[in-house]
Amino acid sequence: MSAAEEVVAEGHEAVEAVPKRAMTLGTGTSLVVLAALLIAPVFVKNFIIFQMTMLLIYGLAVLALNILTGGSGQFSLGQSAFYAVGAYTTAVLMEHFNVNYALTLPIAGVVCFGFGFLFGQPALRLSGVYLALATFALATAMPQLLKLNFLEHWTGGVQGLVVTKPDAPFGLPMSQDMWLYYFTLVVVIAIYIFSVNLLRSRSGRAFMAIRDNEIAASAMGVDVALYKTLAFGVSAAITGIAGSLGAIAVQFVAPDSYTITLAISLFLGMVVGGVGWLPGSIVGAAFIIFVPNIAEGISKGLSGAVFGVLLFLVIYLVPHGARQVAIMGQQLAGRLRKN
Amino acid sequence: MELFTNQVLAGIATGAIYACMALAVVMIYQAIDHLNFAQGEMAMFSTFISWQLMQWGVPYWAAFILTLALSFVAGIAIERILFKPLAKAPVLTNVAGFIALFAIINSSAGLIWDFTIKQYPTPFGSAPFLGSQLISTHQAGMIGVTVLLLLGLYFFFQYTRIGLAMRAAASVPESARLVGINTSWMIALGWGMATAIGAIAGMLIAPVVFLEPNMMGGVLIYGFAAAVLGGLTSPFGAVVGGFLVGIFENLAGTYIPGVGNELKLPIALALIISVLVVKPAGLFGRHIVKRV
Repeated sequence: MSAAEEVVAEGHEAVEAVPKRAMTLGTGTSLVVLAALLIAPVFVKNFIIFQMTMLLIYGLAVLALNILTGGSGQFSLGQSAFYAVGAYTTAVLMEHFNVNYALTLPIAGVVCFGFGFLFGQPALRLSGVYLALATFALATAMPQLLKLNFLEHWTGGVQGLVVTKPDAPFGLPMSQDMWLYYFTLVVVIAIYIFSVNLLRSRSGRAFMAIRDNEIAASAMGVDVALYKTLAFGVSAAITGIAGSLGAIAVQFVAPDSYTITLAISLFLGMVVGGVGWLPGSIVGAAFIIFVPNIAEGISKGLSGAVFGVLLFLVIYLVPHGARQVAIMGQQLAGRLRKN
Repeated sequence: MELFTNQVLAGIATGAIYACMALAVVMIYQAIDHLNFAQGEMAMFSTFISWQLMQWGVPYWAAFILTLALSFVAGIAIERILFKPLAKAPVLTNVAGFIALFAIINSSAGLIWDFTIKQYPTPFGSAPFLGSQLISTHQAGMIGVTVLLLLGLYFFFQYTRIGLAMRAAASVPESARLVGINTSWMIALGWGMATAIGAIAGMLIAPVVFLEPNMMGGVLIYGFAAAVLGGLTSPFGAVVGGFLVGIFENLAGTYIPGVGNELKLPIALALIISVLVVKPAGLFGRHIVKRV
C-alpha cells in the first residue's frame, strides 16, 4: 500500500485536497465577472445596490473562512466573533474618535489579525470537532462579552452603536449606497487578489501541505504551529475587514447581530460555494443572503423547513458546491470547442 | 462548605440532562463519525410526539415505549432517505446537511405544535428527593435512567454480536466489510439507536425545561460540550462529561464574581477548552494515532 493510499484509507482528512490551480478562475472569466460587478449598479435601485454591497461583504467573509478551511484545513465556527470585532473596531473608531471610515479598515484588519493569531495559539492543539467546539465557544461568548458592563461606554451595550454612512468624496455625483458599493468592490477585489497570491505563495503551499497531511508537512520542514496560527490570523483579519464594511453598510452594530447564526451562515456559504474554491465564496454569499428570503416568500410559517429543503437539494445535486458546477461548465466548454 | 455541596448537587442534577444528551451525541458519533447538529431537534420532535400521544389519552409509559419505537424507525428512515446519498460527499457537506435537517425539524415542529411553552409530565413526581431541596425525585429518576442506559449500552456494545459489529463498522469500515458486516446498515442502526436515546433524553428533560420547539438549543450545546469533554469515543466519558459540565456551570455561576446567567455558558465552554488544550482527545477519549 503506498503512502497516499494509506492516508485515504485512514479517512481522517476533514477537507479534501484541492490543487492550488483549481482554487481560482481563469483570466477571461474573472474579467467578465468584474465587468458585470462594475456595471450592474448603474441600472438598479438603491436597495438592490445595498444588497449587492452586502453580497460582496459576505462574500469576503466566506472567502476568509475558505482560506482557513479550504486552505489550511482548520474548521471554524467562530467567524462571527472576528466579524464582530472588525465591526466594533470600525464603529468605535468612527463614533468615538472621528476616524475616517476608510482608515478604520486597516486598523480593524490589524486588530483582528492579532486576535485571530492569539486565538490560534490554544487552538493549535485541537483539530476537527474539538476545534469546531473551541471556535463555537468563541462565537457564543462574543455577543455576551460585547454586552459587558465595563465596556458599555465604548460599545453601547445591548443598544449597540449607530454608524454614519459616508458620502461620496470629491463631490462625485453618486448616491451614498452606490459610493459604498464601489468602495467595497475595490476593497474586495484587492483582498481577493491578495488571497489568490497568498495561496500561490510559499505560505499558501505550507497551508495546503498542513491541510493534506500535517505530519508529512512538518517532516518537510513546514513550521506547523506558525502556519496554522498564521492562517487563523489572516482569516480573522479578512473577516474583520468584512465586519468593518458590514458595519458601515448597515450603519449599525449591536451584539445580537453577531451571534452563532452568522457563523453558521458563513459556513453554509462556504459549503455551497465549494470548499477551497475562492470564487465560489460569492456564490455562497448569494445563497445565504437570498435563499432565506426566497424560502420566506414560498411559505412564511415554514420558512425554516423550505430553507432546509433547498439546502438539501443543493448539496444533493452538487455535493462539492459551486466549484463542481464550474468544473462541469469547463468540461462542457472544452467538449464544445473540440467539436 | 454548605453552599459548595449544594451547588455541586444542583450541578449534578442539571448535569444529568447534559449527560443524557451527550450519550446520544456519542452514540451517533460512534456510528457515523460526525457530530449531528440536528440531534437536539430530533429529540425535541420525539418529545412532541410523546406529548401528542399523551394528549390523545395514551398512558405515560405506553407513550414512552411507542415514542422510542417510532424514533428508532424515524432515525433509520432519516439515514436511509437523507444521509445515505451523501455518504460519499465531503464531511463538510454532511455537516451542512445536518444544519438543513435542523432547520426543517425546528420549523415543522413550530408549525405543527406552535411555539407556546407546554407542561410535560414526569413519571417520578417532583417532591424533594430524600429530603434535599436541591434534587427532586424527577432529577434523581433522570440520573437513575441515565446510569441504567449507560449500563445497557455498555453491555450491548461489549457483549452482543451486533454491538461488536457496530463497533467494527465504525472503527475500521473496510475490514468490517471484509468479514461480512453490512456496514451501511450498521450506520442506519446507529442512527436509529441515537434517535431513540435522544428521545429518552428529550422526554426526561422536557419536565425541567418545558416543551417547546427551541427547548433543545441550550441543552444540545452543553451536550456537545460534555461529549467532547468526556471524549467522543467513550459513552462513559460522555456521561461523566455531562455531570462535570453541569457542576462547572453551577460553580462558575456561584463563585466567579460578575458571572450572571449570561456568562455561564461562555465560562463553562472556556473551562472545557482549557481541559481540551491539556487533553486534546477529551478526558476518556482514545487517542487516534495518525500515520503518514
